[in-house]
Amino acid sequence: MATYEPLILAFCCHYCAYAAADLAGSMRLQYPNNVRVLKLPCTGKLEVNFILAAFERGVDGVFVAGCLEGGCHYMEGNLRARRRVERAKVLLSEIGLEPERLEMFNLSSAQGPRFAEIVTEMTTRLAELGPSPFRPARGAEEGVREMTKQAEAHLTDEAHGCVAA
Amino acid sequence: MIVANRKNVQEIRDMIKGHKRVLLVGCGTCVTVCLAGGERETGILGSALRMSLKLIGRGEVVVDECTIERQCDDAFFDAIGSHGAEYDAICSFGCGVGVQALAERFPNTAVYPGLNTQFMGLLESQGVWAEKCAGCGNCRLGEFAGICPITRCAKHLFNGPCGGSREGKCEVREDLDCAWQLIYDRAKNIGSLDKLEEIALPNDWSTALDGGPRKVVREDQCIAGLGPKA
Ligand code: SF4
Ligand code: SF4
Repeated sequence: MATYEPLILAFCCHYCAYAAADLAGSMRLQYPNNVRVLKLPCTGKLEVNFILAAFERGVDGVFVAGCLEGGCHYMEGNLRARRRVERAKVLLSEIGLEPERLEMFNLSSAQGPRFAEIVTEMTTRLAELGPSPFRPARGAEEGVREMTKQAEAHLTDEAHGCVAA
Repeated sequence: MIVANRKNVQEIRDMIKGHKRVLLVGCGTCVTVCLAGGERETGILGSALRMSLKLIGRGEVVVDECTIERQCDDAFFDAIGSHGAEYDAICSFGCGVGVQALAERFPNTAVYPGLNTQFMGLLESQGVWAEKCAGCGNCRLGEFAGICPITRCAKHLFNGPCGGSREGKCEVREDLDCAWQLIYDRAKNIGSLDKLEEIALPNDWSTALDGGPRKVVREDQCIAGLGPKA
């Protein structure tokens, strides 16, 4: 499929990966533009259902990027996220979808180049795996937008609390 | 509480794949606490099942989710109300009691279990639950320093330990503490070692499951004239 460009959803921690993505931008680093970033106050906020919801909406791959191990602002949010990613991978195999479509990374806010590298790495991997069998006819973009909106509403909803920027 | 864990996605998919509209019903009580069948877990399985069905070419099967307060009490099924009739199958993410309660409430709908109900147990540490009671109907914890030999001794011994107790561990499984070591240690701590000198009598199993399903009746609470259901 010559025209296939994988769509990737990245769950990024506000304190590290999100800032690293910002830095990659201000450093004018080149990386594939097919990643959509969803900011979390901490990757510990991530639940397995967020990941499955993304795949169900047809994204080709998902990565979760949290602080370096030992560097989480909430002590162990990134370690919990890693275990949830592992659990989601088990579920993906049971579903029949390649678990390699999902990965967890750790980086600091100073690692702009690493962010660009991760996006490139995931894009290459997903190009090899091919498009997700759940891609809707109209493309997964809309699903990602809808999910991002929902997540933002969820995070700013007082009942669920949100981290002070 | 009742402890359960989820079934494999493919197992559930194969149970429901012949249906057109399936409602997954989560339970907000025990199985929410043991992270098997609450709102979040039911949502996860819903997503997983929809994707899995699509991959075997059964993407047209509608899989919806809802979670009610409790499945072991008919009153809470009112929350599902008439929606239940819109589905030709229900998959319960409650314990085995919940599955059967749904089957009673929806007599013309296929009902399936989404979980494997394991036991009555206790949270041991985060993410770990341990079996504590087998519901024998005649609790004898008073004789055994508060540790149940029926549930926790691999051989269900009333007069233990057996010869296989080694440094506090059970010979049947090395990850298992010997229940009789625990009983002895606790009896010693609470000064009731003398109780262990007596031979414990065999259990009266007529109060347990052997005679068919049991019923607990509180006559004073039964609605006059109705009595207990036959
Ligand atoms: S003696 Fe019977 S009721 Fe008591 S804890 Fe053991 S199994 Fe449960
Ligand atoms: S070693 Fe202890 S727990 Fe295991 S069977 Fe013997 S008495 Fe029971």
